[in-house]
Amino acid sequence: MVSGARLEVRGVSHAFALEKRALPVLQDIDFVAQPGEFVALLGPSGCGKSTLLRLVAGLEAPSEGRLLVDGAPVTGTDPSRTIMFQDPTLFPWRTVRGNAQLGPEARGTLAADAPRIEQALSLVGLASFAEAFPHQLSGGMAQRAALARALVNQPRLLMLDEPLGKLDSLTRLAMQRELAALWERERFTALLVTHDVEEAVLLADRVLVLSDRPARICADIRVDRPRPRRRDDAGLVALREEILALLGLAEAA
Amino acid sequence: MSATTLGARLAAPARPAPLWPSGWAAGLAWLGAAAVILLLPDADDLGRTAELGFLAATLGGLLLLAAIAAAVPALGARLAPLRAAGPWLLVLALALLAWELATAKLDWLPRPFFAAPQSILEVFTDDYARLGESVGRSLLLVLPGYLLGAAIGFLFGVAMGWSRLVGYWAHPVVRLIGPLPATAWLPIAFFAFASSRGASTFLVALASFFPVTVLTWSGVSAVSKSYYDVARTMGASPWFLVRKVAVPAAMPSVFVGLFMGLGASFSVLVVAEMMGVKAGLGWYMQWAQGWAAYANMYAALLVMAVMCSSAVTLLFRVRDRLLSWQKGLVRW
Repeated sequence: MVSGARLEVRGVSHAFALEKRALPVLQDIDFVAQPGEFVALLGPSGCGKSTLLRLVAGLEAPSEGRLLVDGAPVTGTDPSRTIMFQDPTLFPWRTVRGNAQLGPEARGTLAADAPRIEQALSLVGLASFAEAFPHQLSGGMAQRAALARALVNQPRLLMLDEPLGKLDSLTRLAMQRELAALWERERFTALLVTHDVEEAVLLADRVLVLSDRPARICADIRVDRPRPRRRDDAGLVALREEILALLGLAEAA
Repeated sequence: MSATTLGARLAAPARPAPLWPSGWAAGLAWLGAAAVILLLPDADDLGRTAELGFLAATLGGLLLLAAIAAAVPALGARLAPLRAAGPWLLVLALALLAWELATAKLDWLPRPFFAAPQSILEVFTDDYARLGESVGRSLLLVLPGYLLGAAIGFLFGVAMGWSRLVGYWAHPVVRLIGPLPATAWLPIAFFAFASSRGASTFLVALASFFPVTVLTWSGVSAVSKSYYDVARTMGASPWFLVRKVAVPAAMPSVFVGLFMGLGASFSVLVVAEMMGVKAGLGWYMQWAQGWAAYANMYAALLVMAVMCSSAVTLLFRVRDRLLSWQKGLVRW
């Protein structure tokens, strides 16, 4: 078992260059995720949450500010920081197993990691679909395959970019439960981007509520409820109302 | 009815219908064509009329036998591939009949510009040695030239699609020289290569190089950025991104280029064999044209068409194996 990484985001601002004009997307984001903590980033769509994940993953460098993982600055991508996108982005020319072994293959550790690949596939319930091609999978199965592909790399920081956003509601509920169980077992640090308030409070230890673009952290809410959590937990329901009010979406009493 | 007998019924493979109407029709049509060829006198003195008639009659007889055999359950399944060709076999018999009537029997189409079917058969029976050597020589020219052009085009296309710098310099050059006709290269090819073999290989290679380059390049540049992102977060090196992401994702497009390049290579054969060779289908066609032996030209053309389509079939087989993952994604 691998311990989670400690993530420090220090005064990070980011802007996109749009035809001579800079479009600010993130403004002075500052927080720390403790090792093994599950942090949800919640905000309106298009506010820059996904951009923050791309910065943490090392796919892009921030315009301003510093990103530190276990005290070391993020300078590029690293398999210990794996991201799972909203689309499964499986390689259509590879089978499910072929997709899952992408990371070890890229690093040349295929032989050593072979047992872990099978383990990850059975963990997400796709052992019997290892030889299937992505187009033969349902949306939920494809997202599970993408999860297996991420887990094979033994991430110490797993970034989830609205991974359940495009699933039907039943599959979504099932996968929320599976994600929670998985995190409790593996205890990696998790960073979940979502615009679903219920999902955020159900899964996370902490919910960072982001404002509209350029995104700032406008609330840091601790979810102190016992696990495994129930959707109808009174504390969670109250928290949900509180967060909705922050977003200006409170239901009229 | 018990469950087991129902299961057995469902499991039985679908048997083709015992009657094969297009087989009967095709067999009779070939026999009819044979009768016309053998019984109606030729308008002029032509060789190999009897042989053509016997060939058509044999084919018609075999088709009728197959149509009878199709009624036997054990043989019916084996004849399934042939059944699919039934309508085409019928149309071919009618086309041969029309051609025979318009040329050999009624003399509607002026000779020697239009050759009778038996004249073309005569070329195969009497000039097979020279024609066979030409086929061999052409294959020895087309295959290495095509493979060379395709290989260089593939590497070039990948480099253009991957590297901005290569793309910047190569793109305008490829766009400018790609569509030039092969004949425009003759002087340079003559100058640059000592042997006529080298020069003609160069022309054939150039013909396949252009489409393979352009389609590989466009395939590689169309690869979704998120595939690269996924691989990069897992520690992929740039070389891994090229080999395991860009190239496999571009393969469907590459095969379109390989297919187009094959046609282009065959069509420059005639030009490539202008350069002092003494055998080859292109050379044979030119030689036949010089002597107004149009039947020989048509015969060589027929051989070339069969060669090209066999090569395309082979290429499709390779594609079907390599790109089987596309099944279910696109209309196959």
